[in-house]
Amino acid sequence: MSLAEFQRRMAADLMAPMSVIPDAGYVKPNDRLSSAERLDIYHRQYWYRVIDSMYEDFPGLCAVIGQRAFDRLIEAYLAEHPSQSFTMRDLGSRLEAWLRGNPHYAGRRPEFALDMVRLEWAHVVAFDGPSKDALGPEDLLEPNPEMRLGLQPYISLLDCHYPVDEIRIKVNATLDEHGDASNASTGREHRTALRNAGRRKPKDVHIAVHRWDLTVYYRRLAREELCLLAALRDGATLAEAIDRAFESSPMPIGEIPQSLAAWFNAWSALGWLCRP
Amino acid sequence: MPANRFNGFTDYGVGIGLRIPHYAHIFERTPVVDWFEIISENFMVEGGRPLATLDRILERYRVVQHGVSMYFGSAEPLNREHLRRLKALVRRTKSPWITDHLCWGSVDGRYSHDLLPMPYTFEAAALTARKIREARDFLEVPIAVENVSSYAEFHVSEMTEWQFLNEVVERADCGVLLDVNNIYVSSRNHSFDPDVYVNSVPAERIAQIHIAGHSKFEKYILDTHDHPVIDPVWSLYQAAIRRAGPTATLLEWDDRIPSFDEVHAEARKAERYLPAPVGAAR
Ligand SMILES: [Fe+2]
Repeated sequence: MSLAEFQRRMAADLMAPMSVIPDAGYVKPNDRLSSAERLDIYHRQYWYRVIDSMYEDFPGLCAVIGQRAFDRLIEAYLAEHPSQSFTMRDLGSRLEAWLRGNPHYAGRRPEFALDMVRLEWAHVVAFDGPSKDALGPEDLLEPNPEMRLGLQPYISLLDCHYPVDEIRIKVNATLDEHGDASNASTGREHRTALRNAGRRKPKDVHIAVHRWDLTVYYRRLAREELCLLAALRDGATLAEAIDRAFESSPMPIGEIPQSLAAWFNAWSALGWLCRP
Repeated sequence: MPANRFNGFTDYGVGIGLRIPHYAHIFERTPVVDWFEIISENFMVEGGRPLATLDRILERYRVVQHGVSMYFGSAEPLNREHLRRLKALVRRTKSPWITDHLCWGSVDGRYSHDLLPMPYTFEAAALTARKIREARDFLEVPIAVENVSSYAEFHVSEMTEWQFLNEVVERADCGVLLDVNNIYVSSRNHSFDPDVYVNSVPAERIAQIHIAGHSKFEKYILDTHDHPVIDPVWSLYQAAIRRAGPTATLLEWDDRIPSFDEVHAEARKAERYLPAPVGAAR
C-alpha cells in the first residue's frame, strides 16, 4: 500500500459517519485495545472536533433546531462537504447552500433555520474578513449620478423573514451566562423566546452584518436602504442604484432626499463604503 | 548550545502559548514573558480582530509561530495558497523560526484538522523530508518539526517513531521541536521506553521544546493540554536539556485554561532545569 493509498483509506474511515465501524485491519492492536478501538479514538476525535467548531460558529442554529437535530445536520453536511480549507473557520461556508437542498434537516421551520445560518455565516465573515480603505464624508461631497461605489467585503446584507439578529443576541447572552449549549437550549426563558419568535408570522427583516472597532454588529436597515447598498455592491451607478431602491417603494417622494442623506452619513461614519 | 541554525541563532527562554482568555490580562498588566507562541492558522486571516490583536502583542513581545495544518507528511503536495499566507504572517511576526508537526492530516484537498500519526516507512520519510525542504525554501525561515502524540500504530511501519524522526530531519536538514509530553503519552500508549526516545533524538537539531499536561483514561492517555506537567514529563525534559543544553521552552495549555499567572508559573518551573545565566543570583 503506497502512502497515498494508506492515507486515503484512513481518512475515509475517520470521516465516515460516526455510526460506521471501519475495518481497521491496518492498525496494530496492543495489549489493551483492539485495532478497531484504536482507530475509533481518531474517528470520534474527528467528529467531536468538527462538530464543536460548527457549534462555536452556529450556536443560533443549534438553539433553533435543538442539539440532537444539530448534531445530525452537521454530520450529514460534513459527510457531503468535508473541510477543504486548512482552517476550521471555513467549515460553514457551504452550509446555507447545502441546507437549501436538504431542508428536511432544518427542523419544522426551515426558513427560520436558514435565516439563522445566513446570519451566523455572515458573522464569521464580518469577524475576520478583509477590508478596504473606507471612503469618508469628504469623498462623498460631490456625488455624481454616474459614480460607482463599493461595499466593504466583510459586510453581508441579509433579507430575512425572522428576527434572527435579536435571537442570536439572546442566544449569546444565555451562553455567556450558562456557558454551554445544553443549558442554552434547555433554559426555559430561552426556549419560550425562541418558540415565540418562530411562531410570529414571518415578516421582512433587513440586516447588515458588519464590524465596528473590531466587534461584529447586526444593524437593521430599511428595505430601500438594503436595496441601494446591494445595487452599489453589485456594480450599479449611483443613479441606477437609487432607481432600483425606490422602484416599488411606498416612501413619499418628498422624503427620499432626506433618507438618502441620512443613510450616506451613517454609512460613511461606519466606514462601509469603499472604492469598487 | 541554545542558539543554533534551527532556531535562527536565538536564545529564547521559557514562553507560553498565546491564548484568548489571557488577552485582557496581557493588555492590562503587560506581564514580563520571555516569548509567546502563536498558532499560525489563527492569524492567517484577512482582517479584523485577530490581526489587530496580534499587532498589539508584537509591539511588546517576541513571538514564534507554531502551525497545525502544514501536514508535511500528507502524500499530497504542499498547498501554495497556504504557504503564501504563512509567509505573509512570518513577515509580520518576524518569527525567527517556525514549527509544525511531523504528521499528516489531509488527503486530496480534504482536511481532518487532526495531527495523524505517520506510517513509519522510508517512502513516507523521503516524501515528508522533501516537503519540509520545499516549505523552508519558499518561506525563507528555519523550520523545526514536532513529534506528535499518537494512539495507533500501523502494520506497514518499517521502523520506530524515533528512527523515523531521525530519518526525516536528517534528510530534510531541519530542526526538531521536541515535545516531551507527547513522547510520554505515546510511550504509555505504545509501551516503549521514553528515555530511549529522548536519547535517540539528534540533540544538535533541537530548536525548541514543548511541555504540557495530558488526560489519563483507563486504557490510553490523551494529549489534551488541560493539566499541569507531571513529574515523569519533567524528568524527560531534564534529560532533553542535559543533552541539548538550555533550549527555548514552551508550555502548552489549550483547554480548561487557568489564569495567566497560573499558566506562566507552571511554565517557569522549567527554569529549575535550566542553568542560571552567568553572574545571576538564583
Ligand atoms: Fe506540542
